[in-house]
Amino acid sequence: MTTLAEGAVPEVGQARRRSEDAHLLTGQTRWTDNITLPGMLHLAVLRSPVAHARITRVDVTEAGSRPGVAGAFSGADLADDWGSLPTAWTVSEDMKSPPHLPLATDKVRFVGDGVAVVAATSREAAVDALEAVQFDFEVLDPVLDMEAAMTDGSPLVHDDVPANRCFTFSESHGDYAAARGRAEVVVNRRYLNQRLIPNAMEPRSVVVEPHRATEEYTIWSSTQVPHFVQIFMALVAGIPQQSIRVIAPDVGGGFGSKLDVYAEEAIGLVLAKKLGVPVKWTETRSENYQATIHGRDLIQDVEIAAMRDGTVLGLKVDLTAAMGAYLQLLTPSIPLLGRYMYPGIYKFEAHDLTCTGVFTNKTPTDAYRGAGRPEATYVIERIMDELAAELSMDPIELRRKSWIAHDEFPYTTVCGLEYDSGNYEAATDRAMELLGYDGLRREQQERRDRDDPVQIGIGVSTYTEMCGLAPSRWLGKTGYVAGGWEAATVRVLPLGKVEVVTGTSPHGQGHQTTFAQIAADALGVAFDDVIVVHGDTRTAPLGLDTYGSRSLAVGGMAIVKASGKVVEKARALAAHQLECDPSDLEFSAGTFTVRGSPESSKTIQELAFASFTAHSLPDGADPVLTADAIVDPETFSFPHGTHLAHVEVDTETGAVALKQYVAVDDVGKVVNPLVVEGQVHGGVTQGIAQALFEGAVYDAEGNLVTGTMVDYLVPSAADLPSFTTDRTETPSTTNPLGVKGVGEAGTIASTPAVVNAVVDALRPRGVNDVEMPCTPLHVWQAMEAAKGEPR
Amino acid sequence: MARISVSVDGIRHEDDVEPRVLLVHYLRDRAGKVGTVVGCDTTNCGACTVLMDGMSVKSCSVLAVQADGCEITTVEGLAGDDGALHPMQQAFHECHALQCGFCTPGMIMAAIDLLSNNPDPSEQEIREGLEGNLCRCTGYQNIVRAVAQAAKAGTPDAAAASREEVPA
Repeated sequence: MTTLAEGAVPEVGQARRRSEDAHLLTGQTRWTDNITLPGMLHLAVLRSPVAHARITRVDVTEAGSRPGVAGAFSGADLADDWGSLPTAWTVSEDMKSPPHLPLATDKVRFVGDGVAVVAATSREAAVDALEAVQFDFEVLDPVLDMEAAMTDGSPLVHDDVPANRCFTFSESHGDYAAARGRAEVVVNRRYLNQRLIPNAMEPRSVVVEPHRATEEYTIWSSTQVPHFVQIFMALVAGIPQQSIRVIAPDVGGGFGSKLDVYAEEAIGLVLAKKLGVPVKWTETRSENYQATIHGRDLIQDVEIAAMRDGTVLGLKVDLTAAMGAYLQLLTPSIPLLGRYMYPGIYKFEAHDLTCTGVFTNKTPTDAYRGAGRPEATYVIERIMDELAAELSMDPIELRRKSWIAHDEFPYTTVCGLEYDSGNYEAATDRAMELLGYDGLRREQQERRDRDDPVQIGIGVSTYTEMCGLAPSRWLGKTGYVAGGWEAATVRVLPLGKVEVVTGTSPHGQGHQTTFAQIAADALGVAFDDVIVVHGDTRTAPLGLDTYGSRSLAVGGMAIVKASGKVVEKARALAAHQLECDPSDLEFSAGTFTVRGSPESSKTIQELAFASFTAHSLPDGADPVLTADAIVDPETFSFPHGTHLAHVEVDTETGAVALKQYVAVDDVGKVVNPLVVEGQVHGGVTQGIAQALFEGAVYDAEGNLVTGTMVDYLVPSAADLPSFTTDRTETPSTTNPLGVKGVGEAGTIASTPAVVNAVVDALRPRGVNDVEMPCTPLHVWQAMEAAKGEPR
Repeated sequence: MARISVSVDGIRHEDDVEPRVLLVHYLRDRAGKVGTVVGCDTTNCGACTVLMDGMSVKSCSVLAVQADGCEITTVEGLAGDDGALHPMQQAFHECHALQCGFCTPGMIMAAIDLLSNNPDPSEQEIREGLEGNLCRCTGYQNIVRAVAQAAKAGTPDAAAASREEVPA
């Protein structure tokens, strides 16, 4: 931005403390569950206790007569009030998208599948009445194992989806068979990228207020995507889009799990319509574990072909991806969102990828932090370590041989994606320095030499990711039903304050602060003069919301563009009032000055009032300094970085202790280093959690064994060390601010870094993989399996 | 129904409650204290932490009737009459110790209790002291930093003076 006065400090780059903190720190919050409206009823949903069963009877008569109950409905009672919940991505011609009604009518397909709903005057009365719903069913054999699900004779999750196969997908870049034929070394592995539970701290909640006189509805939802909810609720419930207003008030985290359109949003809307009064539904945590989407859950078969000197020739990846029982909004696309990321930062000539989506009787999967890219990065970064071990090379040396050098950008990868910028050498050198890599390798050798029971492991991950979902044309070509543009409105109000309206929908990321920093620089006004408006389809009608590290790289650019338009509008007015040609005006620090006449000037805030009064505007100019802008990027941005993990593995107990974690990220230009560092900390933690602690486990009947926070290990402060973070900065060349996005980077990088470290510690014992999460049990099992085959 | 008398953030409430009502639901639904939130149903997450007669409790694991005669302090009762933030709230702000903010009320109340038991904790003591409070956004690092800063600050004045000391 060129609007700053000489010597003035730009807002972009400042570690501003967040303006959104004040109300969160003092409990003056607006969580959806805080909303109470006159006459409001509370909803409770009866959920299937079994994974797979044919429904024989759902009788709500008795429940409907319980004290305080205003209505009780089975899926059959409401079958004519709604349509199927949406799936927005058709990933292949053969994809099957079976009906997914908000309440089941024919079969229940996972533990937690909704079958009936009760509306009552209190939450307690609604929950009590659920016990009076008569729900009879014939239990069917559950479909749980993905590979068994595709064999002849397997029970079917959906009767009309043969072999439980949702879709098949394949893509070839270059001639993999030829590359493999030439290879001197081929390494094969099978990785299990386990099922995770997102665990946004705020459980989902929905409040719907009907406005009966006008047949309009206001929906408050704990969602990342109010604009999606508006459109899809209109379609699901057959209500005109303009009659539905969706508000995402304070939203307590999402991580992808609130990038969805859920049954309970439809249930709330339809019941508010039927009963004519406001309704509220808030999930319990245990309900969240069953009925909010899960993440990951893939079998990844991988083969890398290389020469003895470490030159990588090609990569072949075969994915088997769990859809769960139904397709949610983006379910089938998630494993494929990573399809361009399997080659990572490396140069090679051939890449084959196949993916089969499989239905099982488990909770549906969908986007979870990184959505396809962590899974891809896990494969390439794990297999590079395996190749290094096969070649007896240092894993970083092997990477250096194959990665794109800083002077080779822009570089088109084997997948045809053009990476615009990066400097992998700089990030890696810095990370190695911060860790004390060489010294730690020496200490590792000493412990190996003396056969210390506590071994050291060092793990590396040199990741990249594609951020800024996304170019609409690209999305269209891949079968997505919507676009990827983003909208902003910038208004300088008559009294000089600035309103920035964004179509993104933050839920912890700090947009109120960072977007105000961007607008303050662009308009030359004070940070405190800017407020950011978001998360309401009435006040921010245009937008595609927050996910995929897109808010800054796409939404931020719309603010830059709209601010530029406002400045040009103000320039015309300033020229008119100062009686000069617009091109004679300099704009700096919010002030237009006639070149050579410093006494002739107008601030943009003075011009805002003049524009508002409209007493003296240029011919044809509209009053009021406001402008709209929409940005649809032409390509993605590609953050990268090098993460190093140092673990100790107790070979007598299998316990893993994470001793040191170094993250050097290159996210391009940084708007607010405090916010970026916070995103890295949280992202790294979620990736470490996959590597060491978390995993959704089902028993042989399809019950979610890890059904509460007691059983599913979300790490606490005591489970983690402090991380060492730093940045290198290679600006993106694909947007005017040079930003790349940071929301998912840490998660993408850290899982393979930590598992590589655990395996590295045990490599001399013949271990070449440890199943995630690397719990003492899994470590011990890996050591037992490797016994008798030391290297 | 049972009759309880409970002081919440300095205001005495007299109410009839069902014996099964949890303190957190009483606070949210009856006393209007929606700043205190519910994050789980197994007493793991700590989002509902409040002070009961000065000691931190997870208000989802206390019945409202057990609070009869007690003084409850929630996150809404921490700031001074002039609106000045409590040193712990100030430190959370300065250190960027919150992102979505949902765990924050409970985290702050637990941290205040931690410092009242151990005014000068080590990093490891802070980490272990907050083990009962889960956060999904921050990775805890800035929360630990904030608690250490609040410990150093001690008083609201000192906290205000140390504003610029926190490294970005």
